[in-house]
Amino acid sequence: MGFNIFKRVSRGVKLAENKSHTEKPIETFPLPEKVTIPLQQNIGAPCVATVKRGDKVLTGQKIGDSERFVSAPVHATISGEVSATTTVINPPTGQPVPAVVITSDGEDKWAELEVPKNPEKLSVKETLARIREAGIVGLGGATFPAHVKLAPPEGKKIDTLIINGCECEPYITSDHRVMLEYGEKILAGANIICKLLSPEATYIAIEDNKPDAIEYMRGLVAKTEFKNNFKVVSLKSKYPMGAEKTLIKNLLNREVPIGGLPLDVGVVVQNVSTTKAIYDAIFEGKPLIERVVTVTGAVKKPKNLLVRFGAPLRSLIEYCGGIDGKASEVILGGPMMGISQPDLDFPVVKGTNCILTKESRLIREQECISCGRCVAVCPMYLLPTVLAKNSKAGRYDECKEAYIDDCFECGACAYTCPANIPIVQYIKIAKSELTKRRAKK
Amino acid sequence: MTPENKLVAMPGPHLWKGLSTSKIMYLMVLALMFPTAAGVYFFGYRALLVIVVSVAAAVLSEYAVKKLRKKAFIMDGSAIVTGLLLALTLPPTIPLWMVAIGSIFSIAIVKEAFGGLGHNVFNPALGGRAFIAACFSARMTTWVAPMGFGADATTTATPLSSSFIWEGSKLSLYRDLFLGNTGGSIGETSALLILVGGILLLALGIISWRIPVAYIATVALFSLALGQDVLFSILSGGLMIGAFFMATDYVTSPITDKGRIIFGIGAGILTVVIRRFGGLPEGVCYSILFMNAVTPLIDRYVKVRPYGLVKKAKSEA
Repeated sequence: MGFNIFKRVSRGVKLAENKSHTEKPIETFPLPEKVTIPLQQNIGAPCVATVKRGDKVLTGQKIGDSERFVSAPVHATISGEVSATTTVINPPTGQPVPAVVITSDGEDKWAELEVPKNPEKLSVKETLARIREAGIVGLGGATFPAHVKLAPPEGKKIDTLIINGCECEPYITSDHRVMLEYGEKILAGANIICKLLSPEATYIAIEDNKPDAIEYMRGLVAKTEFKNNFKVVSLKSKYPMGAEKTLIKNLLNREVPIGGLPLDVGVVVQNVSTTKAIYDAIFEGKPLIERVVTVTGAVKKPKNLLVRFGAPLRSLIEYCGGIDGKASEVILGGPMMGISQPDLDFPVVKGTNCILTKESRLIREQECISCGRCVAVCPMYLLPTVLAKNSKAGRYDECKEAYIDDCFECGACAYTCPANIPIVQYIKIAKSELTKRRAKK
Repeated sequence: MTPENKLVAMPGPHLWKGLSTSKIMYLMVLALMFPTAAGVYFFGYRALLVIVVSVAAAVLSEYAVKKLRKKAFIMDGSAIVTGLLLALTLPPTIPLWMVAIGSIFSIAIVKEAFGGLGHNVFNPALGGRAFIAACFSARMTTWVAPMGFGADATTTATPLSSSFIWEGSKLSLYRDLFLGNTGGSIGETSALLILVGGILLLALGIISWRIPVAYIATVALFSLALGQDVLFSILSGGLMIGAFFMATDYVTSPITDKGRIIFGIGAGILTVVIRRFGGLPEGVCYSILFMNAVTPLIDRYVKVRPYGLVKKAKSEA
């Protein structure tokens, strides 16, 4: 940190926040009558159902698990009976995923939770096992299993932990509200992570568009035993500040190697809501069965809802007064990296931080005028227009030489493009072609 | 409430800034109104006529060529920018039919024959100007003193020509050059109003400072090294309008920051070389055209280190 003339200018775009609609307390969404729980809600291996049709299940009971390391179990989010097994289409991949349907008995009877007597004294191994059993994945949207992230391989020293409360996508306020309403749990969760990784420095990173959260977290830190170890830092609100790699660059001026992970530069980044979930798992024995979802955009009454996983998107939208006349799109996630989901039977899953309803953007692609705006905003210092042109012409090898794998598809380029070129789509096409070629070899 | 069957699946990002190509073009036209106003103020109705003919010929030829190429004609304002820029580089007394020919050449050959907006190698307006200069060199070097709307046109030398003589004080020379009260092309004489337009473009984020600053600074430093009058070098001729409005053309200049600095420095060196050692009094037009030609090379060889690129040896060690 500090001033460094050799530090490259941070890139990105200033976006209209649109967060004010949901800057209000979290409401608890009523218990769903029926939930659909997909057996894969994380990056990595899918789960296999451990229950069958007709089984009675309790809230918090494990209903799917996998033996693979990079996976996370799923749990019943209500009590009742397994009424069906089905498949849902996973929107990012288009792949069918098996799912368990549970019909509620209306009682929300919880499975017995095992709370350790002295949670802070648990061994590293025991803590990681409990995090895994609780099914915790990255709740910022990436859904990477937490117990994997928090167990760096031998020889990788983690010197910095970043608790990520940036929430740089417009509209979304779920992390913001979690910080304001569960700040103490976040700090206690961060303390658990510190015990696992023993970092030298811990930052709680928040964009400066949330001054109340910055002030609140600072106040909390000052009051606790962590005051000497934790530092709350305010970062410029500039999309995509909350993306791991951008955040590490801006906060520490380190660059994660292409194809590498934050731990390669001694850093672990964990989202604030995930950190709170780790607290719930360790201190209360609670598995991850619910999360805060921002329902906003063109709904009549935008809200932040604490929702059990498996509730259909439709039920949340209806709870918020329904879609207003103009919206033509329902987006899971934020407007920049979120994914359109026209099927409203689809359930809320671990990665659903926001349900955004809005008018869709018209794409009328014109010729590139080489204005260089995409180059000026790319947080990875790539040349998006060159990637798009080469992809369009089928020159995928040239895309590879231009470091296409470094792109994490934040969409800042396409947002700013005057010619309205769907740059991210061209990049995705080239990436998938390159993957196919690699598979053939 | 939107019926659910009307919901669509769209690729992200689902937001767009909304600054379209045509908006950029019309903002360019707006900024160009400042030097245009100066040209009309100093050179009267005749200048206005040249501007109208040039813009009309540009727009009409764009329409005609698009029809011939069986492509959609989009009124994106780029032909207006080209026509206007061309007019601003011409002497106010040039015959109007020459203006029309130059404007048609700009659009039909320099721009459309290369594939249209986004594909042209050379700045269309400067390509048209070079064409007129090559065909009708005598009329392109006949200059008049500013006559406004009343007086008759009297021929004069431009400040950069060898026969230019200034009888007043140095300060009054700078003042006239800065305000635009000298002979020259319609839009090049008033450094003040060019700066106003240029600063507007910078403030709106339409152009980057790199090309104009690198260009003008290079001319200043190189002139200084050659023992010339630095202020005079900067304020005279087409340097100001070239640096802010022509060299910054997106299509024909580099896309990277470093590339833009190189472009500006290259154009600056060439301008001084042509002015000082070449056979022409002014070198802005040809300097920029030459740098247009090397722009693809600059974009190919100027590399930006992507995030996280580490040297192989380091990562393996």
